Amino acid sequence: MSKYETPSQSAAPEESRAPVSRGAWIRKGLRDGFPVCMGYFAVSFALGIAARNVGLSAVQAFFMSLGMVASAGEFAALTLIAAGAGVLEMIVTSLVVNLRYFLMSCSLTQKLDPKTPFWQKMILAFFVTDENFGLSSVVDGYLCPFYSYAIAVISVSGWCAGTVLGVVIGNILPDSVVAALSVALYGMFLAIIIPPAKKDRFLRGLVAASMAASGLFAVTPYLKEISSGFRIIILTLALAGAAALIKPVNDPDADAEDISKKEVEA
Amino acid sequence: MNPGINASLVIIALSIYAVRLAPFIFLKGTIRSRFIRSFLYYVPYVTLAVMTFPAIITAAGNPLAGVLALAAGLAVAWIWGDLFAVACTCCAVVFVAGLFL
Repeated sequence: MSKYETPSQSAAPEESRAPVSRGAWIRKGLRDGFPVCMGYFAVSFALGIAARNVGLSAVQAFFMSLGMVASAGEFAALTLIAAGAGVLEMIVTSLVVNLRYFLMSCSLTQKLDPKTPFWQKMILAFFVTDENFGLSSVVDGYLCPFYSYAIAVISVSGWCAGTVLGVVIGNILPDSVVAALSVALYGMFLAIIIPPAKKDRFLRGLVAASMAASGLFAVTPYLKEISSGFRIIILTLALAGAAALIKPVNDPDADAEDISKKEVEA
Repeated sequence: MNPGINASLVIIALSIYAVRLAPFIFLKGTIRSRFIRSFLYYVPYVTLAVMTFPAIITAAGNPLAGVLALAAGLAVAWIWGDLFAVACTCCAVVFVAGLFL
C-alpha cells in the first residue's frame, strides 16, 4: 500500500515513523480512537437517558446512535421527537444542526487521494464526527480511509453501548445522578466551542451573542412559542450569516478576484 | 404531519447522512464563495451555543445548579479544553449542588 506513503517531496526524517501500510493505519486508528471511545461513552450515556425520557426503547436508541453518530444531531433529534415536530421541521433542523459536518466533509474531500473510490468516500462520510475529523484531518499526506474506519469502529462502539446503557440503567439511577448526567452533553458542547473562542476575540463575541439571543428567545413573549428546532435554525442563519458578513474568514487559498472584491467593499 | 418515532429516526438519520455525503458528491474543487466559507465556519459556534444556553440551566433540574454547571463548564473548557473533563465537571457540579440545594 505504497499509496499512503508520505509524498516524496515533503518527506522528512521525522516523518519516517508514519504508518505506510493499511494495517499500520488501522492499528494506529484503533489506538487513537480509544480515548474518543471513553469520552463518547460518558456523553452517550446522558443521551440514552434523554432518549428514555422521550420514550425511545433501548433498540430504538441503539439504531439512533448507530444511524446518526452525531451528538448535537441526536440531541436535536430527541428534541424534535419530544416536540412532535413535522417532517419538514425534522429535515430542515437536521440539515442546519449538522451543517458543521458539511464543512468537515468539504475539508476531507481535499485530504483524500483523488483516486479514492466512491464507495470508500460513502463509508468515510457516514463517520464524519468532530473527533474523527479532528484526528483524520491532521495526518501527513493523503488520508488513508482505513485510519478513519478504525477510529470509527472503536469510538462508535462506545457511542452505541453508552446510549443503550443510558436507556436501560438510566431507570435505576437516582434522580440526582440522572440530573447530573443530563448536563454532560452541554459540557461537551462547551468543550467544542470555548477553546477556539479563547484564541479569537470575535468568536468569543459570537458565542456570547448566540447564548444571549437564545436566552432572549426563551423568555420573550411570542418568540418563546417558537420551537427549539426552529430557534436553532433562525439564530444560526442570522448570526452565522451576520458574522460572515462582518468578519469573513481569511483563506490563503482564496482566489485573487475574490480578495480584490472584498478589498473594494471594505 | 407528525411521524412516529421509528419514521422520525429514519428521516433524521438520512438527513444527517445527506449533509455528510453531499460534499463528496458535489465538491470537485474548493468552495470559492468567501461568504459561504465564512458562514460554514461560524455555524458550529452559533448552533452549539444556542443549544447549550439556556437549556443547560433547565436540564439540571435546579436553576442554580444549572448556572453553576455552566460557569464551571466554561471555566474548565477555557483552562483545559478537554472534552471528557468538561463533560465530567458539569456532571459533578450538578451532582454536588444537588446534595445541598
